[in-house]
Amino acid sequence: MNPLELAQARPAPAFTVTLDGREIEALPGQTVAAALWTAGITSWRSTRGEGRPRGVFCGIGVCYDCLVTVNDRPNQRACLVPLKPGDAIRTQEGTGHGG
Amino acid sequence: MAAERPHLAVIGAGPAGLAATLAAARHGVRVTLVDSAPEAGGQFYRQPARELGARRPEALHHEWRTWERLRDGLRTHQRAGSAAHLTDHHVWLVERRPGGFTVHALLGPEQAEPAEVRADAVLLATGGYEKVLPFPGWTLPGVVTAGGAQAMLKGTLSVSGRTAVVAGTGPLLLPVATGLAAAGVRVAALVESADPRDFVRRSRALSAQPAKLAEGARYAAQLARHRVRTLVHHTVVEAHGTDRLEAVTVAGLDRSGRVRPGTERRIACDTLAVGHGMLPHTDLAQGLGCRIDGVAVHVDDEQRTDVPGVWAAGEATGIGGAALSLAEGHIAGRSIAARLTGGEPDPHDWAGAGRARTALRRFFATLDEVYAPPAHWAEQLTDDTVVCRCEEVTGGAIREAVTGLGAGDQRTVKLLTRAGMGWCQGRMCGSAVAGLVGCPETAARRPFARPVPLGVLARAGEAPEAEVPEADV
Repeated sequence: MNPLELAQARPAPAFTVTLDGREIEALPGQTVAAALWTAGITSWRSTRGEGRPRGVFCGIGVCYDCLVTVNDRPNQRACLVPLKPGDAIRTQEGTGHGG
Repeated sequence: MAAERPHLAVIGAGPAGLAATLAAARHGVRVTLVDSAPEAGGQFYRQPARELGARRPEALHHEWRTWERLRDGLRTHQRAGSAAHLTDHHVWLVERRPGGFTVHALLGPEQAEPAEVRADAVLLATGGYEKVLPFPGWTLPGVVTAGGAQAMLKGTLSVSGRTAVVAGTGPLLLPVATGLAAAGVRVAALVESADPRDFVRRSRALSAQPAKLAEGARYAAQLARHRVRTLVHHTVVEAHGTDRLEAVTVAGLDRSGRVRPGTERRIACDTLAVGHGMLPHTDLAQGLGCRIDGVAVHVDDEQRTDVPGVWAAGEATGIGGAALSLAEGHIAGRSIAARLTGGEPDPHDWAGAGRARTALRRFFATLDEVYAPPAHWAEQLTDDTVVCRCEEVTGGAIREAVTGLGAGDQRTVKLLTRAGMGWCQGRMCGSAVAGLVGCPETAARRPFARPVPLGVLARAGEAPEAEVPEADV
């Protein structure tokens, strides 16, 4: 059983978003983090100092570990931001401002 | 008519905020419930996004009947015009002004647009967040807080992998492990550093809470059904992997809380859900100048803070779970209603909630003593272990600040090393820094409860007041 089956979810049809140009499927209502987890992806940021990979840590918007670039806006918390069809997610390096 | 009622702003739509909203609205107060989530419920009753069409969300929850009562009560008051619910409002500051308060919020997931709510009184029901003490490898993707794993499961019906270890200390680990198992994750082990048998021995606190005993027995049965191996008096000493988690090493603890050499074993997993207890959210209370005791907001018997017009209830006043939050929220709502409508509250009005509050506070005080993180956790922390996740400050740098430069508190360590100066403002590393320094843990002072765009700050005070519907259709 998966969590969708456990909660007997009947989501509206899935749509496509992109992660660094690669298409992934997302369900209406899913946050960026949820769609990435469902696609088997757990890291989407590298840190400013050591360039280490990071993804979700606190899951509730407190820790800022899951920062990601959504539609060219950097530093969005993946655990909070819901996805819309066609959203372009980019993995974020450093500050997300190309510097 | 509704507009003539005194107006209360409740911040946080979890159990405490909802109980207070219902009690105050029922007794002559107009309530605006302000919350950052798209749905009411807080973290405990976090709901799956509506678009996911969950027909059985209760499969991931406990005490569902209580949630239905709260949800239906809120709807009734919304329809009657006695309560409004502002969702997706992230409060960053509550400001005192003559005769009342202004609640400053940022709208929506992007949190770039401001909104303000004005009220005669404020209830802070801001909840808590999880404490995690660092260990080598804890920054690897796949390592999440126990509460975070649960929040992602309840709110988005997603999990981060196929095989999990749930570890740390405290009663939250039980619903996290059973929830993940029910959702199809193989839970390879539940690793608890305390020994719950110590708790059973303290029969007085337990015998006063038969419901809690039954809850524990239900979890034990579920763990057995899912064949989850439980290791008590054990701790995670290291998480392994390069770009993501591949395994953890766990080890037994001796009675003093030190790792017993030779007991290490490696468990393959792609998810580690880890937590060492909870911390109250106190930023808004501190911004208002409320007294803080240790890490929690100080309140009196009526749940009043020491700032006139400001009440607090739930985890913000000390960690104690949903049932205690409900009792405190109810008491706060009754007290607020009496005081805002010109009366003197009569504690007999909340005698039942008062008794529950006393018993549950005693219960959680005992729980706190038993479920303490291992006393010598810092010995497992290598000098190259990152402690401050945002600024990538290592254990070695913090130790150098303490032993080499004489730092004796969290603030001095922050100034010397930048630990706690990043995005999360020390929420994730504060406990660890205090532990490494050997100083008491205190609630850090933060001017705002979340980052605020400069443009919003520049315009603060000019923003139009949020639309508060007098009655929902």
